[in-house]
Formats: sequence, structure tokens, C-alpha cells
Amino acid sequence: MIRTSRLIPVLTLAAVVLGGSACRRQPEAAPMPEPTVNQDSIDAANRARAEAEARERARMDSINRANAAAEEARRAEAARIAALRNTLMEAIYFDFDSDGLSADARSRLDAKLAILNANSGLTLRIAGHADERGSDEYNLALGQRRAAAAKRYLTQRGIADDRIAIISYGEERPAVQGSDESAWSQNRRDEFEITGGGDTLRSPGE
Amino acid sequence: MRHTRVAGWALALAAAPLAAQDTTQVRIGLTYQSAAPPTVVVLPVGGLAGDSARAIIARDLEYGDRMRVTTGPGAVAYEAALGQDGRAPNYPLWQRLGAAGVVHADLLPNGIRVRLHDVQGQRLATARDFALDGGPLSREWRMSLHGVADEIERWITGTRGIAQTRVAFVRGGRVYVVDSDGEMEEAVSAGGGALSPSWHPAGHSLAFSTFGEHGSELRVVDLRTNRERRLSGAARGLNITPEWTPGGDSIVFAHGRESGTDLFVVSAEGGEPRRITVGRGTDNTSPSISPDGRRIAFTSGRSGHPEVYTVDLDGANAELLTPFTIGDQSYRSSPSWSPDGRLVAFQARVAGRFQIMTINLRDRSMRQLTSEGVNEDPSWAPDGRHLVFTSSRSGIRQLWVLDVETGRARQLTRQGGSRLAAWSRILPPTS
Repeated sequence: MIRTSRLIPVLTLAAVVLGGSACRRQPEAAPMPEPTVNQDSIDAANRARAEAEARERARMDSINRANAAAEEARRAEAARIAALRNTLMEAIYFDFDSDGLSADARSRLDAKLAILNANSGLTLRIAGHADERGSDEYNLALGQRRAAAAKRYLTQRGIADDRIAIISYGEERPAVQGSDESAWSQNRRDEFEITGGGDTLRSPGE
Repeated sequence: MRHTRVAGWALALAAAPLAAQDTTQVRIGLTYQSAAPPTVVVLPVGGLAGDSARAIIARDLEYGDRMRVTTGPGAVAYEAALGQDGRAPNYPLWQRLGAAGVVHADLLPNGIRVRLHDVQGQRLATARDFALDGGPLSREWRMSLHGVADEIERWITGTRGIAQTRVAFVRGGRVYVVDSDGEMEEAVSAGGGALSPSWHPAGHSLAFSTFGEHGSELRVVDLRTNRERRLSGAARGLNITPEWTPGGDSIVFAHGRESGTDLFVVSAEGGEPRRITVGRGTDNTSPSISPDGRRIAFTSGRSGHPEVYTVDLDGANAELLTPFTIGDQSYRSSPSWSPDGRLVAFQARVAGRFQIMTINLRDRSMRQLTSEGVNEDPSWAPDGRHLVFTSSRSGIRQLWVLDVETGRARQLTRQGGSRLAAWSRILPPTS
């Protein structure tokens, strides 16, 4: 054990001396013509990297395109549903002290009717309103009659009674402030609220 | 043209039961021009809060619209004419100053001593001590002072005053109550959307309608406890314009679903409502019950536009009250049956604006009472002489009180948007 340990520094020194003489011999050798080979491999590597990047870009583009298409589809679907919802919620308007349905009101109700027919889970609440000119109290009954008139139009065309609720707010919740015919005509109305089944809607005829 | 008469109130005063209780059972021989109401002096009231007591009594007598009330600087002269230390008051001086009667009061520890002097008769007409509830300036104290003023009015005119009353109304979706003199206003309903308050005949509760999820519902608030409850029994849908029957045991209201709105009656405790009107798809709302409890005046669109009809409480004998001619497109609604049963007040469209009118039930003669601004939803005071209603005459909707006899009007509320007033009966001091 003692002898071996003494040998280690000697061997180490020999290795250093041998190694040193080897290095000193090197300069006589011709310089390695490496640059050409290196450039090729760099180019190759670059090409490979570019190709990889291109592939990745293409992959991402494809994903993005797919996402965009999905997003576009989502948007289109959302827009389609929003359009259906708007049609459902579009108010109808009345003449003074009347619950008669005008041609315009009927056509708006027909549009709602088609959507109701295409979506059996869809439920609505109709709120009848009046302008400020009548009696505060009598106007509550008038609003009720207006809401009932729209409901009757729908139920008489096949919509189940329990899918349409009605309420009257009389002149208590005007859509428009003001005391002129413009405000009054906008306040004599039925408003339509979607109370169920309105998140996904099939378009009529779908 | 200058004719004078012995005022009826002199006789009535002697006949009044309260006067009869007094030892000073005298008859005032008061002479005044029939065209002009008598002038009454309210002297300064002795005791703490005497100024407030005097102001309340003087204003109540003034709002009764049956006399001229003097409290101004000239009253000092009247006060000087008050006999001191047992001396007789200087009646001739009061007479020269134009007074027919003099109210002289002093606050006592828990009450007020009131003396009414008959100037013409040169004697003390009536004297009485009244108890006052609550501490000075409290709601109860004020209400019992209103009662004192009402008694003084009876002594003078033979007819009890109506100061000891309150008016319920709606503002901003809440039910409010205010004393007849416009003081002590307070909100009494909790939620929003309240409409059409109606007094229990005893004055302790109000019924009204509110908006719920499935329509409108009737609620009752007890003013003694501030507790509110839903009136059960009424079905889903429109449940509006509650009106207590004179006995206080039932509520008549308008209920509508999908084929018109009709009047129903339900027990005030709840239960199955019973139909009154058969409107066949038309609207029938806003009941007002005759003082004998037999007939109901209400708004109905059964003729094609709103008119006032009457019907028996059991639904029989429906009859058009407000006459119209074929093609008449007026709008008459919101009836209030007078406490004496003779008149029904309502609103009618005149030149595009609602005005307050009355119709006499005997001869169907109609009278237009307002012309300034838009005037709606009348409700009679217990004297059958004053009406409270919504008016836009000041530029914004407020409650106004009109004396039908003299045409005098005063503004009751100070905040805009007040409407749908209901005048209570004479109240106990603590309600």
C-alpha cells in the first residue's frame, strides 16, 4: 500500500512530460482543411432548422387556421343564435288603449313562432306595457291584455300554453322617457324575454 | 245683496254631544255674512311646545276650509283683550277686530285645556280638557292634537274636522303615509313596485299591490308592527287595486290572467276569491265601495273605452254610471265613492288631459273640479268635502288637496312623483 501510493506522483509526472512533447510536435502537421466541411454542415443544419421551422409554422398555421375556422364557426353560430334571440326578443307595438295586433306585430310574432316551433325547449315571458297617458291602474290591465294578445296568437298556432308566461307592468317601466307621441308609441309594447332553452337554438327549417 | 243670517253652526254647536257634556251649555248667537266664513282667532298656547300646538291647531282649522283663522300679529290685540285674573274677556274689542270666535288653549302636563269664546254671545261657549298621547311633537302627540282641532271645528261649525287622518300614497315604488297636514311622512312598505294603497277602515293596515316573478300580487302591511304579508288566495297573474270593504273583513280587487281583468272579493285573511264582475275579456279595475257596502264603483272598458260603472257586491245589476254618447272616445276612470254616498269622484279626459270630476248619483249631474295641469286618482276625505289627488299643476306630480265647496287647493306632498293617494278615515290617535 505504501509503495503504490508513492508511485502515483511519478506516473503523473511522466504523463505530463509525454503529453508536453506530443504537443510540441503538432505545429509541423498541415492545418486541417475543415472550413468547407463546416460550412456545408452549418448550411445543412440551417436548412434543417429552417425546414423544421417551416414545418412548425405550417403546423401552427394549420392549427391557427383550424382554430380560426372553429372560431369563425363559433362566431357564425353565436351570430346565428344572437339573430334568433333578437328575433325572439323583438318588441311589438300597439295603438293607444288597444291590444289589437297590427300587421307588423303579426309578422314579428310569426318569426318568433317559427323559432318556437323549431325549439321545443324554448320558453318565453311576454311583458305588456302601456304609455303614460291612461290611468295608472287601468294601464296594468291593458298591459296584461296586450301580453295575453301576443300569447294567444302563439298558442292558437300550436305553441303549448305552459311555454309562454305573461306579466303586465302597465306604465310603470317605460322603454323611453318623454311625453310626446314618439315616446308614447315606443312605450305601448310587448317585450319578450327568453326564460329557458335559449342558449342553443335551431334555426327554423334546420 | 248684503244679507246676514244666523249661522247654523251656532245651533249645531249647542246640539253637539260634547258641548252637552259641558257645564257651559250656551248657545252662540253668531251673526256673519253668509258669503264669508267666520273668522276665528287662535290665541298663543301656553306651555312648552305651545307654539307648535298653536300652529297645528290653527293650520288644521284653516285646512278645514270652513273658517278664517287668525294667528298673525293682529292676534296680539286679541290676546290683550283676554280677561286676566278673573276679569271677563274684552268681547267688544274682539268683535270690533272682526272675530266671531276665539280659541284659547293651554298645554297641561299630559293634555291640553281648550276654551272656545263666543264673541257675539260674549260668553265662554265651550271648555274641555283633552288628553294628549306621546311626548310633545311625537307622532302620537300630533295626531291627538289633530283630534283636538277636529273637535274645535265641530264646536264652531257643527261638523267634525278631518285633521286626524292620514293619506297613503306611492312614490318611487314604495307606499308612504303622511298626516293630513303634510307632516310626518314615512315609507311603510319594504320592497319596490308598490301601487294602489288602500286603508283598512280602522286605519291600522294598508293593502297594496307589488310586482312579483309571475305577475303582481297583493300585500298587506300592518302599520302597528310594520309587518308585511302576502295576501294568499289570489291566483297567479294580475292582482291589483285592492279595496277594503267597509267592515274590514274582505278585500275587493282586480284579477286578470289571459282573458281580461275582473273584480273579485277575497277574505282579508286569504282564501278562495269570489268573482264579482263578468267582463268577458274586458278590463275591470279600481273598485271603490259605497259607504253602505252594497255597491262598487269601478273602471271598465266593456264599452270599448274606459268608463265608470257600478255593480252590486255580488255582481248583480252592473250599470254604466258616467254617461257617454255613441262615438264618444272619452276616458273616465279611477272612481272614489264619497263617504256620504252622494257623489262619485273620478278622472275624465278633457281636451287631452285628465281632470277631476264628480257625478251626482241621484241626478247624474257632472261637475268638473280641476282645469290646471293633469289631475288624476281622486280619493275622498271622511268629510265628503275634500279630495286628495295627483296633480302636475306645479310642474311635477304631487298630491294636492281640494275643497270641493270653495275650490281652495293646497299641496300636500313636497317630493315629486307622489301619486295614487288614499285618504284614511278618522284615525285613533296612536295609529
